[in-house]
Amino acid sequence: MTENSVPVLSVQNLRVSFDTQDGTVHAVDGVSFDAYAGETICIVGESGSGKSVMASSIMRLNNSSTATTEGRILVKGLDVLSASEEEVRGIRGSEVAMIFQDPMSALNPYFTVGKQIAEAYVVHHPGASKHEIHDVVLAMMIKVGIPSPEKRIDEYPHQFSGGMRQRIVIAIALINNPKILIADEPTTALDVTVQAQILDLMMSLQKEFGMTIILITHDLGVVAEVAQDVIVMYAGHIVEQSHVDALFHAPTHPYSWGLLGSVASYGDNKRGGLVTISGSPPSLISLAVGCSFHPRCAHSKGEGSVCMTVSPSLRSVGSDGSRSACHLADDVLVSVGRGGFRS
Amino acid sequence: MFLFVVRRLFFAVVLLLAVSVFTYLLFALLPTDPAALTCGIHCKPETVLANRIRLGYDKPVLEQYWQFLRGIFVGRDYGLGQTAFSCPAPSLGYSFNQHACVTSLIGETFPVTAFLAIGAFILWMIIGIGVGAIAALNKGKWQDRFATGFAAVGVSLPTFYIGLLVLFSVVIWFQILPFPSYEAPLDNFSAFITAMILPWLVLAVLSAASYTRLTRNGMLEAMNEDFVRLGVAKGLRLRVILRRYVMRQALIPIVTIAGLDFAGLLGGAIITESVFSLPGMGRMSIRAVVDSDLPVLVGTTMVAAVFIVVANVIVDIAYGFLDPRVRVSS
Amino acid sequence: MSSEIALQAVDLVKHFPTGSKGLLGRADKNVRAVDGVSFTLRKGKTLGIVGESGCGKSTLARVVTRLIEPTSGNVLLDGVDITKTSGKDLRRLRRQMQMIFQDPVSSLNPRHSVGQIIAMPLRVQGLLDEADSIERVKELMQLVGLNPEHFNRYPHEFSGGQRQRIGIGRSLALNPTVIIADEPVSALDVSVQAQILNLLERLQTGLGLSMIFIAHDLSVVRHIADDVAVMYLGKIVEIGPAEDVYSRPAHPYTKALLSAVPIHDPSERGGTGRIRLVGDVPSPIDPPSGCRFRTRCWKATDLCGAIEPPLQADASGRIVACHFPEETPLTIGKSPE
Repeated sequence: MTENSVPVLSVQNLRVSFDTQDGTVHAVDGVSFDAYAGETICIVGESGSGKSVMASSIMRLNNSSTATTEGRILVKGLDVLSASEEEVRGIRGSEVAMIFQDPMSALNPYFTVGKQIAEAYVVHHPGASKHEIHDVVLAMMIKVGIPSPEKRIDEYPHQFSGGMRQRIVIAIALINNPKILIADEPTTALDVTVQAQILDLMMSLQKEFGMTIILITHDLGVVAEVAQDVIVMYAGHIVEQSHVDALFHAPTHPYSWGLLGSVASYGDNKRGGLVTISGSPPSLISLAVGCSFHPRCAHSKGEGSVCMTVSPSLRSVGSDGSRSACHLADDVLVSVGRGGFRS
Repeated sequence: MFLFVVRRLFFAVVLLLAVSVFTYLLFALLPTDPAALTCGIHCKPETVLANRIRLGYDKPVLEQYWQFLRGIFVGRDYGLGQTAFSCPAPSLGYSFNQHACVTSLIGETFPVTAFLAIGAFILWMIIGIGVGAIAALNKGKWQDRFATGFAAVGVSLPTFYIGLLVLFSVVIWFQILPFPSYEAPLDNFSAFITAMILPWLVLAVLSAASYTRLTRNGMLEAMNEDFVRLGVAKGLRLRVILRRYVMRQALIPIVTIAGLDFAGLLGGAIITESVFSLPGMGRMSIRAVVDSDLPVLVGTTMVAAVFIVVANVIVDIAYGFLDPRVRVSS
Repeated sequence: MSSEIALQAVDLVKHFPTGSKGLLGRADKNVRAVDGVSFTLRKGKTLGIVGESGCGKSTLARVVTRLIEPTSGNVLLDGVDITKTSGKDLRRLRRQMQMIFQDPVSSLNPRHSVGQIIAMPLRVQGLLDEADSIERVKELMQLVGLNPEHFNRYPHEFSGGQRQRIGIGRSLALNPTVIIADEPVSALDVSVQAQILNLLERLQTGLGLSMIFIAHDLSVVRHIADDVAVMYLGKIVEIGPAEDVYSRPAHPYTKALLSAVPIHDPSERGGTGRIRLVGDVPSPIDPPSGCRFRTRCWKATDLCGAIEPPLQADASGRIVACHFPEETPLTIGKSPE
């Protein structure tokens, strides 16, 4: 048994719902997947897909007074969802680390960046000497590419640009060498040139530290750049899980196909009309009967069909390890998808 | 930062000068003739005239003001020859009603006001921030509802009503405490405490109401911030998060407002002092209004203004220290 | 002026005084948001303006429509200099040029019904005829793909994409000839972006609109623009037909920008033509001397620091502001473009 056969993260049947004034919002509705050491998994979805809520659940960051969470999330043998507060705190920042989307508001404006990076270290190394902390922090700042770190260690977050702040956030996340890094839209708020720098940094640090990265994004370009496995989420479900090549060349779910189609057509001829998915993402308050995507699906079989009555479950499709939550994946789509828009 | 402080101090001095002009002229231009009040009902016109000259009220207004301003720095002499007297610097005028220099009157009454302000301040901060924090940490539950209700009620009730109610119930109906009779703490400490406990509590509880709301809302807002979430993601304990992340942000506006409120109290808590018969600057001011004792009013107004202007400057500078974004440019 | 030109910007400048003040409160430094920008918008065509944050493109949009007063420069709308008109004449001119905003949530008044929002330009311009206006509103709603019977509903009852359609409908109410779209799809989900872009294209062809399309997403601009202008720190560094700029960028910044865009094909991963820019964008308060891009340019020389390169045609006819324009075409994937 190699160590690769034991997943570092196992999400089992996760369900998260929120009580709001308008009703109960079912943000995550039965999500299961595993992540292995050294992997990069991208979770793709649009607003309302549940990807961010799912990511926050891994470290139990959701507000417990409004959120109801069910299921199991196993990290290093510990079920995060049923563990004690102390146990969860133990893995936060040490086994699992997270970086958020907006670097402009992610850092505490009242303390220097040096203190904030040091804080992340001291939480899990309480006996460390001042000297040791200083060295560790400085080394990390150099590693994430912050110029003149000896001077900047005593500066405040507002004195840094967005890209630099995201580097500091990465430094905070990686200082304890976590096994799993969750990156929730880490480059969405950044310019495209800065985005490229940050992605490069994350990839090289991953190689060096050997960690698993779970990267949440809506940008398929980022997925194409860095992902090994891709999970596509829609309305709180996983609708497709495939290896990245398989996803881009032969998607097995109409939603994935629509997404890929609409962005791929940018590079092609102009004025030809972009491939679109009609309609808008659904409300998560009333759970759809049947497939949640069927109102927008061009392939839906219509009234009384299985698409409208039975909720599809994620199952293996084809021979390359792809999984799809579509009733029609085998028959119609695989043949249409292969050799589709990317020949 | 240095330039910032210098600029603030400069404008503070300008403001104080403007206040002194405005205050003095306001009182000087009132129709009451201060000299006519110097000797009671059966006053001979000659005495009034003599007093008028002695006190300098025969001179033009601007010269009176100048004498007043000068007096603050070097003291002021009144009258000539046998009936001459002087008020040493800083002279804020002379009260003919009470036959004393205004400065010494303020010197007698201000300590009472100060004790009242300090005691109430400490109490209301503890109550206000404490209750507000409990509310924020238990959002939606009964503690929160109680605190919000308390805040609403406290903000709406006037001091004179609650003060009188408390006074009557505690002293007269239930006879828990004797009627407050102020004595300086060094003279008779237990009498001091007995006299101050009720005004402290009344003032504190009513002022705490708005701080409860401020603390609750400030904390709730801070708890929603991204950087607080990052703090939790680091694995920090709740206590540390509250201290370093949440309170650090929520308290900044509270502390600055509290500074201004405290300074305002130093000018004299008129209603509280009157209800509880405390011989403070506030009660002296209201008596001066009734007696038309203008010099006293000018003096107490100036003192109150100084406190508020100084507090504003301190608060501005303090804000620069508390929030790095203000004192360090990006 | 040729009748082929819908809009022309001549040397537009917009400086904002900064917060830092001297002892007496006078501002001594300026944020040079737009620092001498000139371009031409051809009739019936789309000009895409791309750039990253801080390049000044949003300020440029507001200056061109005179929502903000330019510090200097001219804007000629169909031959008329709108910077020199005022009052009633300016109001009449504004009918020809309308704007679509980025945020579908904050650009619509939540207290107005959709019908009121779309009819507002007519009301403001005094063209509102109660009887006809409802018909016109319904017509516009249908044009942008909304159900005309919903004109009494409120913005919060619509999705993001639909709200953007309302904003587009509003911009068409006065039958303008020029549309300035400031990041019209950036705040929308990917699956909705495509719908809106298709709509804009259809409207442009159908109504003969000339459009300025401002965005930071290069793929989107590539699809919709006929001509592209690339901005950096308040200046245009390159301008030309979209296909040329995208396949043979002349300015090093354009090349770096294009090379930073992730390709939507995992099999192209790991190509060697990628250019990575180092460092941060300089401050617009104190831009570098000479060529503003030189601090991050891999081939900057002393000349670049001494003399600012003018925006003009190079040897191959491309309009670029660089002393040493790029010659080789852009290749980033494993396979050539």
